[in-house]
Amino acid sequence: MIELHILLIFMIIGAIIAIEVKDLLSSVIAVSAVGLALSITFLILKAPDVAITQLVVEILILIILIQATLKRDLPFSTTGRWFLNTLIALAFIATFLSISYICFKDLPKFGYPILKVGSAYLREGLMKSGATNLVASVILDYRAFDTLGEATILFTAVIGVLSVVRRIGRKKVEEKIEEET
Amino acid sequence: MSREHEKGMSLIVKTVTRLTVGLILLYGIYIVSHGHLTPGGGFAGGVIIALSFVHLMLAYGKEMALKRMPRAVASFCEGMGALLFLSIALLGFTGGYFFLNFISKGEPFRLFSAGIIPLCNIAISLKVGAGLFAIFVALTLLKVLSEEE
Repeated sequence: MIELHILLIFMIIGAIIAIEVKDLLSSVIAVSAVGLALSITFLILKAPDVAITQLVVEILILIILIQATLKRDLPFSTTGRWFLNTLIALAFIATFLSISYICFKDLPKFGYPILKVGSAYLREGLMKSGATNLVASVILDYRAFDTLGEATILFTAVIGVLSVVRRIGRKKVEEKIEEET
Repeated sequence: MSREHEKGMSLIVKTVTRLTVGLILLYGIYIVSHGHLTPGGGFAGGVIIALSFVHLMLAYGKEMALKRMPRAVASFCEGMGALLFLSIALLGFTGGYFFLNFISKGEPFRLFSAGIIPLCNIAISLKVGAGLFAIFVALTLLKVLSEEE
């Protein structure tokens, strides 16, 4: 468990660096370092499916962030009203910590889940679905409805991005004039 | 230097890309097709397939990548993957209920086993790969357009 704690501390330090650093490129690199550490954490916790997905999505997000959004001028407001901002941040941190203390106290111990359905999947999954990779048998056989919902979400997101970012001005000029008059 | 070396990155990047982009695409296809046997699956494999086209686009500029994978083809694959996934789910009604595993299970540890799970993996990978590549192309073209203005 010691390597998990080292990775967690590394991720927290990386997140703080990503917030505090002034250069936007350094911030993006720090965020992707956090993602890499999260991927190694999944690998240590014996979840290679999630680790692969986290790694490739992290690479894609890094490329998109650098390529598509980095050269914009982002307004930074670091001055003014620092007293009120610090007060609000401290209040939120105190609320979050107290609520999470109450919640985490009732969590089951690590490795001893409350739901017993996972052991049933482990026992019968290979026989009932025929897939050796039990994760695939869960997400595409037992819980295929969730995968359908996830596919719908991605489809909607792609349609939304493509319709917002498309080239404007497909109408001809005379059509526009006709509509206005 | 000829005209084709003007767009994109330097010659070193282009040579390395030409050697590796096929391997990346092949690895994505492997992850998809063995999703029911080894770790991986439709989502991760689709993202790797999209990354191979993104790689091509970063190294060679947008004309080269869009010649290999035009936006109409990307949109078609996106919609086709979603429809394929939904139709596999609807075909389960031939045996009883939604998402029924209606093909025979086969022998474990074989490539052609587990019924509908490999088909669903392929559908999801088409959808995810084409969709993410379309998002990347849209965002990059937006940046190019806003710089021109």
